[in-house]
Amino acid sequence: MARISGVDIPREKRLEVALTYIYGIGRSTALKMCRELGIDHNQRVRNLTEEEANRLRAYIDAKLNVEGDLRRDVQQDIKRKIEIGSYQGVRHRKGLPVRGQRTHTNARTRKGPKKTVANKKKAVRK
Amino acid sequence: MSRSLKKGAFVDEHLLKKVDAANADTDRRVIKTWSRRSTVIPDMVGHTIAIHDGRRHVPVYISESMVGHKLGEFAPTRIFKFHSGQEKNVKANP
Repeated sequence: MARISGVDIPREKRLEVALTYIYGIGRSTALKMCRELGIDHNQRVRNLTEEEANRLRAYIDAKLNVEGDLRRDVQQDIKRKIEIGSYQGVRHRKGLPVRGQRTHTNARTRKGPKKTVANKKKAVRK
Repeated sequence: MSRSLKKGAFVDEHLLKKVDAANADTDRRVIKTWSRRSTVIPDMVGHTIAIHDGRRHVPVYISESMVGHKLGEFAPTRIFKFHSGQEKNVKANP
């Protein structure tokens, strides 16, 4: 039913929340949209009229960069940084955190599952 | 928060002088600088700038897409020489 900008069909949720299922739209963007279009953000998506849905679609098409286009833009930004050899690019290339987080511990999101190094020196036993 | 547009991009005075001089008589020599904090401005495109990394000056050829970044981003200050037993190191640091 409610299909907005591609594949996103959230139904039983409040409009404000449902809209955040679209890549590139968070809570504040969703709220702002509803406010500017004069649509009640508390109503459920199933109660949304076709006319309102169309207005949302038009708004997104005109003003927002979402889903595929946004993903592509992000990838291009990363690629650019890698190509010019900037510090951020190097971090992307190595799959390490880009924004200065510690890597001594944690950073598992970027580094992936733990790879235990064999032969780590144990305390000498007698 | 980003810098006020009114001020324009920050470039150290001494570096700007060198760049302007190089542009004035189309000098293609390497410009040495310690000013890692300076922004890359369009005037620098095409020059090779040697950026201090704490030990030596790393020569970096400035291209169009580097405009807007800081010079320091292109001269890493830390060296990581991979751990022992880590054979294939795809891209080692210089």
